[in-house]
Amino acid sequence: MAELQTNEGGGKKKGGGSKQKKMSVHVDFTPMVDMNMLLITFFMLCTSLSKPQTMEINMPSNDDKIKTEDRTKVKESQAITLVLSGGDSIFYYTGKPDYNDHNSLKLSSYKASGIRSLLMSRNTEAVSKIAVLKQKKLELKISQKDFTDQVAEIKNGKNTPVVIVKAADKSTYKNLIDALDEMQICNIGKYVIDKIGPAEFALLKNKKDALKQNSGAKLNP
Amino acid sequence: MSKVKVARKSTLIDMTAMSDVTVLLLTFFMLTSTFVKKEPVQVATPASVSEIKIPDTNILQILIDPTGKVFMSMDKQADMVETLDKVSGELGMSFTPEEVKIFRIQKTFGVPMKSMKAYLALKPEKQDEILKDYGIPTDSTDNQFKTWVKCARATNPDLRIAIKADSKTPYKVIKDVMNSLQDLRENRYNLITSLKKESAN
Repeated sequence: MAELQTNEGGGKKKGGGSKQKKMSVHVDFTPMVDMNMLLITFFMLCTSLSKPQTMEINMPSNDDKIKTEDRTKVKESQAITLVLSGGDSIFYYTGKPDYNDHNSLKLSSYKASGIRSLLMSRNTEAVSKIAVLKQKKLELKISQKDFTDQVAEIKNGKNTPVVIVKAADKSTYKNLIDALDEMQICNIGKYVIDKIGPAEFALLKNKKDALKQNSGAKLNP
Repeated sequence: MSKVKVARKSTLIDMTAMSDVTVLLLTFFMLTSTFVKKEPVQVATPASVSEIKIPDTNILQILIDPTGKVFMSMDKQADMVETLDKVSGELGMSFTPEEVKIFRIQKTFGVPMKSMKAYLALKPEKQDEILKDYGIPTDSTDNQFKTWVKCARATNPDLRIAIKADSKTPYKVIKDVMNSLQDLRENRYNLITSLKKESAN
């Protein structure tokens, strides 16, 4: 118990016969605990522990003054276009699609076996290099600054793929974040969010119609 | 023969240790947590693996709810007042000092300018109730959202734009907001997400 023992009058040494007075001062901490518990409850209910995460993106400028020649051209072999559509579906094509053939647009998924494995396989060089760097960092061989610098360099290397994300109006914000997340996971440094064009939209519609017909044919042979 | 004596024990429990523990816990909560901001709409942000924390100051937060209503909040009250001043100047309106005073203490704002005067005249409880039915217009004919962002940027050049949207928000709304930002050459901004539990691999 919180108590203080005071030895009054110096007792033993001076007066052999005098009684020793012992006073104990009890402090009851129960109200203090009550108050603290109340305060803790208040803090637990009214505050949040986790700070929100953030994703930084740079959008291309849509300034008309930039001439078409000045715009960055993307090599056809390096370009992957992801088309995000309604109902959590995702399609992709590489290079330039054949707008008359809906088969150039391929169906994929947000699962690890879907779009992630595709992007990983296109970006194996950078992924393996970054894995080595991460190991080095774990072993404290390189500093944090060196690590980020080198990762940025690898990500923007020559043979890394360029991903263009095109979201249709029906897709949700979550789809967009998921797609951007895949860029982080697959260590893709060059990606851009673009508007979906009418030709792509028509292609997407054709593809969806074809998929519907296919599934219908399977169900009703 | 002998009586069994029941020893009288005091039932006092030592609360000192308990008190120590609670004080420690309290200190922990006070130091690590941040107060939840009052928002007019509940927004569940999508999860991502990104681990960058959002800075505390100089943030212009754009809140988008699932139906596509847009709200804004700024962390400095002085900036808010100056922004309101600029926006009202641009739209040819003026506010009395009393109205500015009420606007100053708003946590989130998102009322079309033509309803702003009526909104500020309401009682605080009524304001909270009614705010979620409004939202800043973002359509091309009356893009007040653009005006707000432009004026906020003019007020504070260090401002960082953060978009906080619900995971179910249709992309169309996000696109409108992003297009407005692009028109203003605000090409760098943050998307607020929550932390994904599963690991990257």
